[in-house]
Amino acid sequence: MERIKLFIPLIIFIVLALALYFGLGRDPSAMPSALINKAVPAFTLSSLLNKNTVNQAPINQALINQAPQNEYTTLDETVFRGEATLLNVWATWCVSCRLEHQYLMDIASLGVPIIGLNYKDERTAAQEWLVKFGDPYQEVIYDVDGTLGLDLGVFGAPETYVIDAEGVIRYKHVGVVDDRVWQQKIAPVFNQLRERPLAERGQL
Amino acid sequence: MKHVLFVLFMGLSSLSFAAIESTEFASDELRQRYQTLVDETRCPKCQNQNLAGSDSPISADLRSQIRRLLHEGASDQDIADYLVARYGDYVLYRPRWQASTYALWFTPFVLLILAAVIVVSVRQRRAAGVTSHAAVDDTQPDNTSADNLLSDDFLNNSQAQGLNTTEQVELDRLLDTESDA
Repeated sequence: MERIKLFIPLIIFIVLALALYFGLGRDPSAMPSALINKAVPAFTLSSLLNKNTVNQAPINQALINQAPQNEYTTLDETVFRGEATLLNVWATWCVSCRLEHQYLMDIASLGVPIIGLNYKDERTAAQEWLVKFGDPYQEVIYDVDGTLGLDLGVFGAPETYVIDAEGVIRYKHVGVVDDRVWQQKIAPVFNQLRERPLAERGQL
Repeated sequence: MKHVLFVLFMGLSSLSFAAIESTEFASDELRQRYQTLVDETRCPKCQNQNLAGSDSPISADLRSQIRRLLHEGASDQDIADYLVARYGDYVLYRPRWQASTYALWFTPFVLLILAAVIVVSVRQRRAAGVTSHAAVDDTQPDNTSADNLLSDDFLNNSQAQGLNTTEQVELDRLLDTESDA
């Protein structure tokens, strides 16, 4: 018994050291999303661009000028049905969004469907951004008041969600998407989701 | 003096902040509840601040949502649920009583009990140690054994030390031989 007592300080030290080692190594700003495995909240918002009526790609300045301000298509949560998609939250005031934009262009060109959520932004500024830097999005939801953002638990841009073919959120990444993040975090989840419905339809 | 001024200005700064937003309450009761809610909710973006103290846009949004919900008649519980549904348990500075927080709530009490047990056992042991020392009368020097060794009686009374006659004879014989040698 006395022998064991001698080791108590050592045991306390080891427990503390382990707790600190694992505790201090964690990212203090990492926040688990409350919406993982929940459906994208219902919303009714206008599209940033009038792609459906204009039906022309790539967009350019002339198309933006043509579209009357009150004739934007209304979008709702059904845009996430049918196939696995990425939901990318962005804004022109967001510096990091500029950083990841080219990477989004790259993965979009590989056939990854991305829905944009333009978060608390000015419509013209956002449209011009897409003209200038390219448009990787299948559809951009224009969320000027941040209502959908709030329902999604967005607390800053950029944020990227992986959404399955039934419109259920499967993964959330806060911060810039680059090659490392894509390869290590997003692509594994996304590819798994994408193969499943295709296989079910007999296309794989 | 410096400290008093500092505290005063700190107080004023939060007052001025409150004055910007919280002017439009239907009743003082709502204002009170709003103040409690924004004090006890963590800003999701700037994680070491509460909603009341944060300047970030998301905090402003959440504050206005809380105001709106309050005026729509939502209870504090409803509003907490609303925030947790979107931002997770994380936003509550006062953690809820649920499976994932039992450790959080219990640990301090467990540690307290542990500390109490240790303190009590140490004190008991110390008290026991003191009584055993008290049994010895330290005021009188305990020289019994030394006296015994030094006394002539000890040397002469070897019979009293348990030697029987044969042994005594043998001892005398040895002592004699020694003196002869």
